[in-house]
Amino acid sequence: MNISLNITKTITELLSGFMSEGAANIGAMVTIALIYLAIFAVAGLYLVLLERKVAAWFQLRIGPNRVGPWGLLQTMADALKLVSKELTGTVKADKFLYNLAPYFVIVSSLMALSVFPFTQDFQAFDINIGIFFLIAISSLGVIGILLGGWASNNKFALIGAMRSGVQTISYELSVGLSLLTMVLITGSLQLSEIVEVQKNGWLIVQGHIPAVIAFMIYMIAGTAETNRAPFDMVEAESELGAGFHTEYSGMKFAYFFLAEFINMFIIAAIATTVFFGGWLSPFGITESIPWLGVFWFVGKTLVLVFLMMWFRWTFPRLRVDQLLTLEWKYLLPLNLLNIILMALIVWLNLTIQF
Amino acid sequence: MSYFGDIYKGIKTLLTGMSVTGKYFITARKGAITQQYPDNRETLKMFERFRGEVVMPHDENNEHRCTGCQKCEIACPNGSIEIIWDRQIDEETGKKKKMIDQHIYHLGMCTMCGLCIEACPTDAILWAQNYENSVYDRSQLTKVLNQSGSKLKAGVED
Repeated sequence: MNISLNITKTITELLSGFMSEGAANIGAMVTIALIYLAIFAVAGLYLVLLERKVAAWFQLRIGPNRVGPWGLLQTMADALKLVSKELTGTVKADKFLYNLAPYFVIVSSLMALSVFPFTQDFQAFDINIGIFFLIAISSLGVIGILLGGWASNNKFALIGAMRSGVQTISYELSVGLSLLTMVLITGSLQLSEIVEVQKNGWLIVQGHIPAVIAFMIYMIAGTAETNRAPFDMVEAESELGAGFHTEYSGMKFAYFFLAEFINMFIIAAIATTVFFGGWLSPFGITESIPWLGVFWFVGKTLVLVFLMMWFRWTFPRLRVDQLLTLEWKYLLPLNLLNIILMALIVWLNLTIQF
Repeated sequence: MSYFGDIYKGIKTLLTGMSVTGKYFITARKGAITQQYPDNRETLKMFERFRGEVVMPHDENNEHRCTGCQKCEIACPNGSIEIIWDRQIDEETGKKKKMIDQHIYHLGMCTMCGLCIEACPTDAILWAQNYENSVYDRSQLTKVLNQSGSKLKAGVED
């Protein structure tokens, strides 16, 4: 197997054979964007299926099993149904913002995917401020949610969107600070660099106690970032109908839905890259075969996705005041203490290196 | 300090909850309670206390236990039961006696409350466990519970 995994370079070189350099660059960008879009649209659909199956198993049910073998085509059929549905809207909705909102959400979540190193060199965009870029992009999504809720001219949608604003802005801090704790060890924000550092042991092992605390805070805050249960007050069905996407139908609703699941994947993928060594295999058992890194990366990510699903089907939904208490009175001070602890550990060279 | 105590307690209870659901997740394949309904029509059996519809069991001599006391008709909150009766001469004693002609049961109006069955002093009517009660015409939901030519079982009234 001698596949060149550096896809950006490969495609650019391929295209520059018969194009000018500028056109080849743009062509390569478009090609990669389309590949990523196709792969992650399908992956998002299968994450929905996985969620439904896992939910079923937690509740002693069977889950979708009619469409295709073991129900594998169920979400495909759902997507087809949603594509064929009418796009409705409210009469007094702000049409422009209303139509813009789903694209904000889906584009911001797809943009974040570009910086992940799926395996060695298999990365669309190796930016040197990777983590910072991810945090910035992931907080863009909330604008889409706010726009959607505001522009639908529906009070439930508006309440849902405002709750989302409160929640995402608060928990953004914890996500950022817990990742910052880990950046203290790596000394770099570039994701490929962060994975490189972990060849001496995954960061959760290297950083031991503060790393575990940071991981726990990150998972809690990350779950809140994606607006999933137990932090799903944004779309609390029992209180708000469907929350911010009450007035959306058809494909626009599907964008919100897909973006939620891709966001879950992104949160798990960040945790994989920063805490669990990204595409590195445990103890370097498949170090000689770089393309197997994709398997390790996706495997670790799916374990973390499962953890988030486990949260969802175990914990009851928080109230808004409980949510804010958890963030501002517990997670944030602990996080600040944790950064000091991590700084001391890095300073005194107490990290565990293999 | 109660601040850190709260955190410890919070994490502990969350992990307890996760272990409970985790156990369910692991045993889900064996313990799935979902019925694959149209596929297992032949083998699917409803549980004992399932309320399908009211029936009047008859024995092999085409005899039922209904004396025509109308307690079920009175007990029914929405008039699903209608009993048509008249006085006929009992063959054994030669006296006039109340006997049912038709025990009419409107399944379409029944809310499955079970008050008629509780009220019945002779256990003439019971719950059936059938569950496929949909029909194409609502007149089929009006049922006559006693079979034609059936009569009261001897000794029920004593």
